[in-house]
Order: sequence, then structure tokens, then C-alpha cells
Amino acid sequence: MGGYARRAIDGGLSTGIRGQRSVKNAGEGKLKNEHTFRAKIRTLSDGAATGLAVLSTILVVAPLVAIFVYLVYKGASSLSWAFFSQIPKPVGEVGGGMANAILGSAILLAVGSLIGVPVGISGGIFLAEFGRGTKLAHAVRFTADVLNGVPSIVMGIAVYSLIVVPQGHFSAFSGGVALGIMMIPTVCRTTEEMLLMVPNAVREAALALGVPNWRSVLAITVKTASPGIITGCMLAFARVAGETAPLIFTAFGNVGWNSRLNEPISALPLQIYVYALSPYDDWHRLAWAGSLVLIVLIVLAVSLVRYVTSRGVLKGAS
Amino acid sequence: MGVGIEVTTLNAWYGTNHALQDINLNIPANQVTALIGPSGCGKSTFVRCLNRMHETDPIARVTGTVLIGDLDIYKDAKPVEIRRRVGMVFQRPNPFPTMSIYDNVAAGLKLNGYSSRHVLDEIVERSLKNSALWDEVKDDLKKKSGASLSGGQQQRLCIARALAVDPEVLLMDEPASALDPVSTAKIEDLIFQLKAQYTIVIVTHNMQQAARVAEKTGFFLNGRMVEFDSTDKIFTNPSDKRTEDYITGRFG
Repeated sequence: MGGYARRAIDGGLSTGIRGQRSVKNAGEGKLKNEHTFRAKIRTLSDGAATGLAVLSTILVVAPLVAIFVYLVYKGASSLSWAFFSQIPKPVGEVGGGMANAILGSAILLAVGSLIGVPVGISGGIFLAEFGRGTKLAHAVRFTADVLNGVPSIVMGIAVYSLIVVPQGHFSAFSGGVALGIMMIPTVCRTTEEMLLMVPNAVREAALALGVPNWRSVLAITVKTASPGIITGCMLAFARVAGETAPLIFTAFGNVGWNSRLNEPISALPLQIYVYALSPYDDWHRLAWAGSLVLIVLIVLAVSLVRYVTSRGVLKGAS
Repeated sequence: MGVGIEVTTLNAWYGTNHALQDINLNIPANQVTALIGPSGCGKSTFVRCLNRMHETDPIARVTGTVLIGDLDIYKDAKPVEIRRRVGMVFQRPNPFPTMSIYDNVAAGLKLNGYSSRHVLDEIVERSLKNSALWDEVKDDLKKKSGASLSGGQQQRLCIARALAVDPEVLLMDEPASALDPVSTAKIEDLIFQLKAQYTIVIVTHNMQQAARVAEKTGFFLNGRMVEFDSTDKIFTNPSDKRTEDYITGRFG
């Protein structure tokens, strides 16, 4: 067999030049044909795969773009300084804003994060570092996954019967607890995944220096995985920021200002829900504006995640 | 100063796998002892028993006695105390990726509660000088991450990190197997200098390396120590047929 032809076969994705040269050797035309046929198939399937990937990308991006464009179209005209500075006006009066709902969302998310982030991260650390392989860890992991699948309205009802009923009134606190519980499984599982990505060599290095295990976990392993853990927290945050259902039975909503934890409080998704279901055109417009503000805030939060992870120190770990 | 190590009927298991069987061995102070043998023969497990790293694996188990100096490490001390006295350098350089060069070297001290800036500066400089890395990194101690160094530099950084906690024994588990020949030569020079201060145990796949750096050599096979003698004797006139077969490349 001619050297050229053999090289052409070995080379795999070969060009026509090598194929043509192999014609010099009589009796190898068949081989050449087979080769160019395979190359064509390869080019075709490469093109098809690339096309599918591009199509999928468009399918992923399109809904978000469509929603965003529609919200800007419907809501941008109702955005004004009043929207961010005033509270809702009584029915019949034009104008008013959602300032109390924005503040309410901020308070509810703060309470939720204060509960969800520490509990979730601690749980993740337990799963990845201390409880590895134990029955308790399996139980915790299973519980977290189930909790992740519990419908948010059920979470609202659960917190309603655990906090609102005994206290006798709706409150910002109970709403924050509902959001916090919803954050726990996401934070917990991403923390676990991120910690498991830290190479074992890093753990061994710390232990071999005579560092106690708990200290090595906190100062070395968690620190190394921190960009990923932060991403998990932000994702959980963005997810509960748009929740309405768990707040209906807990935070309840409030047409006026409130910043106290033991009183009902408004929230953006809740306000949007109420306004969208109302029969008044003015409220519909405010609901659109509120949706736009909510999605912009979530996009900002996710962008923050991207920013944090792109500067990630974890890259150096692998 | 280094101290000697006395190992008596050491047995180690991974689950049901009996990885080390009845090892008896006296490692002399302030010398380099090399451990050779085919992959999976237990030499890495053996050094990990000397600083109680073996037991960090939940399925691992050890019996027997290891005396480091006068200290019976499985009876009289906690693992963390042992590991401060017995430093370890791993096969793949493993600097802490999120830390600067300075923090990498100071990590062992900082995480054990030392915080005096002045003392830390001094120890970091001395450790980096002892590991022959000082001249290459002295200008970016706090600017560069430990992970940004080359593989050979990273390994010397790991040696500096191990030296900073002032151990008596230094265990090296194939410290040069992931490095190029120039970096390997540097590590070997370093081993030669360090033995004045430390007792060094080095696991290696490279028999020439054992011959170059070690006074004593032990040959491991299938979890047992076949032969332990002066390096000269092992490489020129081994008493066991299996050692001779391994040295001459007939298996392994």
C-alpha cells in the first residue's frame, strides 16, 4: 500500500490533496472513493450537529427575550418616579406605585436568605465533608431533593399552619421563613456539589500540616469552593424572588407601608398577582410595570452571579 | 534535628485488602531512606502510616507500633500533633489554589493559631530559602497565587509549606514523578541538603533516583518488605532473588 494513501487513512479528516496523490498508485481508486465518501458524511454530520446546537441555543434564549420584550412593551410606559416612590392609591384614584412592595420584597428576601443560606451551606458542608457515606447524609440528601420538588403553595400552607395560625396573624416573618425554607435545598445541594469538586489533594495537604479537620474544611475547602457556593446562593435567591404562592398565606400583602416583621407585608410578586387579577386598567398597567421591575432585578442578580463566577478562584484548583 | 523511626509489626488494611503485612523497619535519623517497589506494593500506604494520614480514609485500619523518636504515634498522641512533627510532600504538587505564595507557606502556622507577623515573615523566608525557591518568588510573595507557579516550583512550594511547621521527619511520596528532569534534579539537590536537618523518607518509582539520593533503600512487594539495607548493597548485591529481579528490570 502506498505511503500517501496509508497516511490519508490514518489522518482521518483528510483533505482532497492527499486523496488525489494516492491515485498515482494503480488499484487504489476504490480506496480513495470510500475515503472521500466518508469525509463527506463526516462533514455533513458535523454541520448537522452544529445546526442542532445553534437551534437549541435559540430555543433556550428565545422565551426569555420574548418575555422581556413583551414586558418592556407593556410595562415601560407605566414606569415613573412615582412607581418607585409611592404606595398604591385606593381604587378609583389614578397613579400610585409599588414602593412598599419593593421594600417588602427586599425584607422578605433578606429574612429568607438569613434562614436559607446559613442552613443550606451548613447542610451542604455536612453532606460533603463530615457525613460522607453515613445514613444520616443519605437521609438529608433525600429530604433536600424531595423538598426541592414540593410545590411552593404547599410550602405556604405548611408555614401558615406552623407560624401564622399559632400567632393568630399574617406576618412578614412567616413569609420570609417560607422563602427561606424554599432556598435551603438548592443552596444545600449546590454547596455539596461544589465542595466535592475541590480536589482531595487540597484536603490532604491541609491535614498533612497538622490542621484539625474542622479547620481545614472551613479555611481551605469551603474557601476554595466559595465562588460556586455563592453561585448556588444567588440562584436560590433569584428563584424565590419571584415566588407568589408561598406568600399568599404568610406575608399576605399590604396596601400600605410596613417594615415590621410581625405585620403583613407586601411583595412584588404578590402585588402583581393582585393587580393582574383586578378589573381596573390602571392596575393592569402597574402590574406590567411591576413584572418588568421584578425581572430586571432577577436579571441583575444573575448577572452578579456571572460576574462572581467569571472571576472565580476555583479555576486554579483543577 | 531529625529523629529515627522504629516500626514494629505494622499491618494496614483498606477495607478487606491487607495492604501492609508485618512490616518491621528502623529508619535512621538524618538520613535519606528510599522505598522502591512496583505499583500497588504498599510503599505509599507505608509512609501514610508514619503520619497517620492512612486513617483519614474511613475504610482504612492499622495495627502495630510506630515510634518516632520516643513517641509511640498510635498510642501517645493525636493525629494532628503527629502530622506537625512529620511533614509530607505528595506526588502531585498541591498548593492551596486560593492562597498567595506567602499564605501557602504560612498556612500550617496560621491555621494552627500563630499570628505574629514578624515571626511569620521570618519563617516564610527561611522555609522558601530552604526549599530553594526564595530567589524565584521573593518579589511576588503576596501578589501571585501558589497555583500560578510552574509544576517544579509548586512542588518546592509544597516542600517549603511542609518545612514551615518545623517537622522532624519529612515524608515524600514520589515527589518528582510529575516533574521534568530539570525540576527533578532540583528536588534531588534539595533532598541532599535537607537531610542535615530532617529525617527523610522518599517513595520513588525511579530506581536511579533512589540510588542517587538515599543512604538506605527498602524494597516492597505485595504488601511485604522484602529487603531493607544500605542503598549500595540493594543495588549491587541484593540478598533476595526478588529484589535482584526487580532491580534488573525482570518484572515490575
